[in-house]
Amino acid sequence: MSFEEEISKGNFLIPECTVCKKLVWPPAEYCNDCMGKTTLKEGNFQGKIIEFSKQNEDYFCIVEMEDSFRIIAKITKEPRIDQMVKISKCGINEGNYFFEVS
Amino acid sequence: MNKVGIAAYGITPFTKDDKKIESILFESAKNLFANNPKIEKNEIDAVLVSTNNNSKYLAPILSESLGIQPKTAHSIENLCNSGTNSIVSAYSYIASGLADMVLVSGAERYDSPGQILDWDNSRGEFKHPIFWASIFTSSYKRKFSVTDEQLALVSVKNHSHAQNNPNALSKKTYSVQNVIDSKKITEDIRLLDCSRSCTGSASIILASENMIKKITDQPIWVSGVGQKTISAGFTKNESFYSMESTKHATKIALQMAGKKIEDVNVAEVHDAFSVCEPMALEAIGMSNPGEGTTLVKELYETKNLKINPRGGLIGCGHPLGATGIAQTIEITQQLQNNAEKRQIENANVGLVHNMSAAATSSTILVLEK
Repeated sequence: MSFEEEISKGNFLIPECTVCKKLVWPPAEYCNDCMGKTTLKEGNFQGKIIEFSKQNEDYFCIVEMEDSFRIIAKITKEPRIDQMVKISKCGINEGNYFFEVS
Repeated sequence: MNKVGIAAYGITPFTKDDKKIESILFESAKNLFANNPKIEKNEIDAVLVSTNNNSKYLAPILSESLGIQPKTAHSIENLCNSGTNSIVSAYSYIASGLADMVLVSGAERYDSPGQILDWDNSRGEFKHPIFWASIFTSSYKRKFSVTDEQLALVSVKNHSHAQNNPNALSKKTYSVQNVIDSKKITEDIRLLDCSRSCTGSASIILASENMIKKITDQPIWVSGVGQKTISAGFTKNESFYSMESTKHATKIALQMAGKKIEDVNVAEVHDAFSVCEPMALEAIGMSNPGEGTTLVKELYETKNLKINPRGGLIGCGHPLGATGIAQTIEITQQLQNNAEKRQIENANVGLVHNMSAAATSSTILVLEK
């Protein structure tokens, strides 16, 4: 299974290095630290909002996942800095990943 | 290393015209040769093309169009700082002795594919530059308690400067209220906070010390080169309210030139969006953190053209592959005392700041008489 196969089904898994155990982002087959092979880790991952803005009615925010890496995700309710969130929706639309947190 | 200088330049107006990339490239190179009849085409060792356009083999195409058969000809793409990356490559060819004279030509069309970095999936569906600019702006305002009105003055100042630049896209001046009232792109940026993609081209000749004497009696020397890449992905920026790659690149360039930032009389900084100018001023060390807008206000109120005299990216437009070269031409003209209505008094040392993809990478050039 690949990251893209999983996210296209709405599953958010994080690649982890099988050698040094580092979370590898953006998703890759090999670790960008030790070059070890990665495997996809399942979990109820935590994110923290570190910045946000708004376009029309939609907020978009920088979310730091697992104190490790950051993504830009949509959030429907007005966010707060340092708010803890989880991925509520994800997928691929017209070639782009999308993430929503709540 | 051999000493490297700027010997000649040519530029086109920046417009919204629908022209072929090959034609745009040719125009600025043609202007360069028209302005500098002492250049012997057969002495050009390398032709480098800076663009994000997807057309292939553009450097050999430009060479053939100009009747040049260089030893080396190739393209260079690095998003918005492709232009200064090409200048650094030309510098390296000459400094190493591989070339004595290099033509660097940059061009872009208004519909450049270089605006979007498709690879950066960490941005999710928010890949357009307006989203990183909104995050930068939100973060900068939050960190330093800066207002939209303070940031809007960057656009007011740079549109105003652009009125003295016949090649600039902007043909109007605006008030702070005009900027605030312009189309709301996101909660944090308005249309007039944005530089605009456009069609344009800029060419420059770099040459060794021996060669340059045959071409010009007003050489401008590239005395400092600094570059830093933090990442490709926007979300790997260490901070969203400061430009870390620019800080690193500035330190390297000033050290190489043996200069301090206080020695710099004139600078072109990469104001892709309003917030980028104070962030750049802070990163190069002209302002303390959070005080960039204070310097912008002071410059505007005293009609001091020291920062972005040609109008910056906001005033001139941003034809990606040409921008870094156009910035370098402006500083060259300033140091040669050839900048006409835009001229800074006593300009001896100048600086160019050109960055890509939300400052994930930066180039700094220090130029001197």
